[in-house]
Amino acid sequence: MDDLVEEFLVETSDSLNELDVDIVNLEQNPNDSELIGKIFRLVHTIKGTCGFLSLPRLEKVAHHSENVLGRFRDKDLEVTPEYVTLILNAFDRIKEIVSVIEETGSEPDEDDAELIARLDVVFELGKEGQTEDVIDDDIFPVMVTQDDEEDEPQETEKASEDVFEPIPVEGADLKTTETEPEPEEVTEGRAMAPVEEAKVDESAKKVQKPVTQSLRVNVQVLEDLMTMVSELVLTRNQLLQLSRTQQNTDLAAPLQNLNQVVSELQEGVMKTRMQPIGNAWQKLPRIVRDLSVDLGKKINFEMQGEETELDRQVLEMIKDPLTHMVRNSGDHGVEMPEERLAAGKPEEGHILLNAFHEGGHIIIEISDDGKGLPLDRIKQKAIDNDIYTAEELDEMPDQQIQQLIFHAGFSTAEKVTSVSGRGVGMDVVRTNIEKIGGAVELSSKEGKGSTFRIKIPLTLAIVSALLIEVAGEKFALPQINVQELVRISNETVHSIETIKDTPVLRLRDSLLPLVSLQDLLKLEDVEAVEEELEKVLSEESADKESDNVIEITKEEPKAEMEDSSNCYVIVLHVGSHTFGIMVDKVFDTEEIVVKPVSEILKDIPLYSGNTILGDGSVIMILDPNGIATAVGDASLSDKDAGDYHDEDEKRDQEKMMSLLAFSAGNGAPLAVPLSLISRLEEIKVGDIELSGGQLVVQYRDKLMPLIPFDENFKMKEEGRQAVLVFSDRDRSMGLLVDNIVDIVETDVDIQLEGDENGLLGSAIVNDQAMDIIDVGYYMSLAYADWFNVEVQTSFGHDGSLEKRILLVDDSSFFRNMLTPILSVSGYQVVAVDNPFEALELCSSGKIFDMIISDIEMPEMDGFEFAEKIKDNDSAWKDTPLVALSSHAAPEDFERGQDAGFNEYITKFDRDSLLKSIEETLSKKENVA
Amino acid sequence: MTDQQVAVAGNEARQQKNMVEYLLVTVEKQLFGVPVLQIQDVLQEQKVTKVPLAKEYIHGSLNLRGRIVTVIDVRKKLHMTEEGKKDRSMSVVVEHDGDLYSLMVDEIADVMVLPKSEQEKNPVTLDQHLSDVSSGIYQLDGQLMVVLNVSALLSGI
Repeated sequence: MDDLVEEFLVETSDSLNELDVDIVNLEQNPNDSELIGKIFRLVHTIKGTCGFLSLPRLEKVAHHSENVLGRFRDKDLEVTPEYVTLILNAFDRIKEIVSVIEETGSEPDEDDAELIARLDVVFELGKEGQTEDVIDDDIFPVMVTQDDEEDEPQETEKASEDVFEPIPVEGADLKTTETEPEPEEVTEGRAMAPVEEAKVDESAKKVQKPVTQSLRVNVQVLEDLMTMVSELVLTRNQLLQLSRTQQNTDLAAPLQNLNQVVSELQEGVMKTRMQPIGNAWQKLPRIVRDLSVDLGKKINFEMQGEETELDRQVLEMIKDPLTHMVRNSGDHGVEMPEERLAAGKPEEGHILLNAFHEGGHIIIEISDDGKGLPLDRIKQKAIDNDIYTAEELDEMPDQQIQQLIFHAGFSTAEKVTSVSGRGVGMDVVRTNIEKIGGAVELSSKEGKGSTFRIKIPLTLAIVSALLIEVAGEKFALPQINVQELVRISNETVHSIETIKDTPVLRLRDSLLPLVSLQDLLKLEDVEAVEEELEKVLSEESADKESDNVIEITKEEPKAEMEDSSNCYVIVLHVGSHTFGIMVDKVFDTEEIVVKPVSEILKDIPLYSGNTILGDGSVIMILDPNGIATAVGDASLSDKDAGDYHDEDEKRDQEKMMSLLAFSAGNGAPLAVPLSLISRLEEIKVGDIELSGGQLVVQYRDKLMPLIPFDENFKMKEEGRQAVLVFSDRDRSMGLLVDNIVDIVETDVDIQLEGDENGLLGSAIVNDQAMDIIDVGYYMSLAYADWFNVEVQTSFGHDGSLEKRILLVDDSSFFRNMLTPILSVSGYQVVAVDNPFEALELCSSGKIFDMIISDIEMPEMDGFEFAEKIKDNDSAWKDTPLVALSSHAAPEDFERGQDAGFNEYITKFDRDSLLKSIEETLSKKENVA
Repeated sequence: MTDQQVAVAGNEARQQKNMVEYLLVTVEKQLFGVPVLQIQDVLQEQKVTKVPLAKEYIHGSLNLRGRIVTVIDVRKKLHMTEEGKKDRSMSVVVEHDGDLYSLMVDEIADVMVLPKSEQEKNPVTLDQHLSDVSSGIYQLDGQLMVVLNVSALLSGI
């Protein structure tokens, strides 16, 4: 292809991008003569060059468009949306032709007569003295057919996008326009009055070049420069490190200079890679404009922070996701004008695109004031697509349901339009953004609008990383995924607990799955490494150069060997997963230049690159995504991570609780509330003895009875036997089980089936039915008098003496949990699930010796219930009342007392419960 | 003739007569020849960063003037025993597909210019691990030298 033609193509595609934006602006500001002048000149330039290069078809279209624009400029034709659409059509045609030229080198053979005719009709209109009405009559039919012929303008737009996109993406291409400062021009154009342009006589200057001088530079050259500067920075860092340890003052001054120059150089080169984000936005006004015309919506599209700069690599990566999201806002978000008016909103919808810096990241927000995300439809879709069941969705907080739109195959648009709704949207958006180490968040209120918040790193080449150490090896971890650091030691409140061999951390009431980085990297044991280290240290103890790190290790190995729980947990948030990785040490953060790992290491997914630190050592950069994948087992499913993430909502839902899943006997999955278990043990089979027909083991200087799960239970013949230890007062018992499986978080909705001994009932946990065991039953097997130790003296098992207790609790779990415990302790229990039922019992004349009531209940809470009962007219006003609650703050106690409760007990505190019952009852008897 | 002329003459002679210059190294007492033109650097023992999860013959990574070099334990790569292992090893840095690799060897023995014509084919019975990475054999005084095919060694990875 001719050099000249190539040059022309590059320039024209630049111009066309600008024209799209300008024309849309013009539509909003029809009287801006500078803007019209600019558009006119750009088209004029295209026309002129075409003539010169003998591209007749292009020239013609440009010429006739110019004619119409000329009339806009001369102010004898009003700028109306119809005319703008026509001009845009002409530009689209120009784009099409340009794209063909780009591919084949020559103009395609097609006829533009019809388009030109329409342009001419508009051009001739005024001159023939026709009125506007006539114009509309004349033009509209033509234009409508034209629209139909052209399919949706989006398709055209998309086609041309496809053609132009590769230019900036390829980067190394000759035609790259990255260093051109036309973004400024665009912004100025929008801001309407660039001073230089205002002064220019429109007709005198053919080509409007910005005043700032610029040069087209091959992007590869810039990339190479960047690489070399990175090397230079590293070398400088090494030199600085060296100079710190040496006393040679001659070096200090020049080094200082070098330091400064290199810093500036780095900054400068970084700048060449930086581009205003407005570059990625250029097409958006046009897209929104077409969208609104297409769908008959009124949309006001506002962009803020176009000048926010970010790395061109990042820019390219977010271009498509952004376009998609803006389209979504326009298509799904903003309602039709009538709907808006009906909802009491202004007719015109508003989409705001805002970019700004925040703590080393770029934040891009796309917000609309449309209808927000329709929760019901998302739920329905989730059910239809078998992602979640209706029951699961009912338990989910709204926020979490909204996040579902990021699931693959999710589109809530009722109709699939040309614009969006094909269901390949948001998941791709999220994937793309996460690929560059970014994150996307969403908040939406039905009826009020939605806001998407994208957080992306400034640049991909340099990242802020946390330096960590595990098993004596140092690694870098990109900070963007690090949510928090938790120090684990004997002195801190946090400690790592294990379920079988799976470590977990209780962090603010939720279970955080943990993974040991050492295991993940299959590194040698710390002890082994430390022994080695100590050996080295003793050999080189005279070596003065051993830096801080080694000194630290010198002090700490002892402590660490004594207690391996002394470590740090780094809470990582990757996509929708949240998990913790355990590391030995955490150093500071450092800005590092990410270098790709060599080919031979590329197949290890745990690394995203490597780099050279200031001290000259090579360090591997861990890839949080890779770690998440490596960790990604069932315990980290989206759902669990979501639970953790939405812990605030969960905290209030006391029905959610942790169950320990295990297997025993016939292999059916079993579970027991985790809070009832005091320890999980593995006891050597050889240590188990038989004493008085009972299996026992010496446990903490005492004999602990062991109860097989059921009579068919087969104990292991050798090795270790899993035991769940339940403790009460100073007694413990062990339940022999086959396998400890997992900890599951679930809402406990137990279906009571009392026909089998030792089972409370079954619950559905993660789509699996689990039998919940009745701990009370096993405890009473171990110690016949377990619950009656103090009670039995006064209240025997004798049915006639049984005291009647009314239990009011909305949670079926607690009802099912407490009923057997109380029954075993010799009480007769009636359980109801709300205060109303209880009050009905009251009015029907039932008499109880005591009432135990939950506090948090829907409709009527425990306090209100208590007041009702203690009311003077109530038949139960003298019945002792015990409050049962998960909240046990002092003010709760007080409030409970005020409301008329005799006792206030926390849930699961079985000890105090039984004691209080006994005390309260005996008090009552004394009174009586 | 000045030194420079000698060098130039040497180069010419090498080209004309199809001479190849080799750096001779030993691994487990076996002599290998690495074509000098492929060598970037020869290093003494360096501080090496371990790369967990990598294949076992990857010893780690090191920093060579700002470039990251992957260290290959040739002994392990060629499935050799560890009998002749020295406390301090030497490394020969070569470039392959744009990445730098450092080949850990026991000793650097010599530099020799050898005519291509004297290179012989691998004996058919040569150990598979060796024949995979050997482009031929030279009969030197009292010793056989295996010509190390660097790209075969590294691309088979």
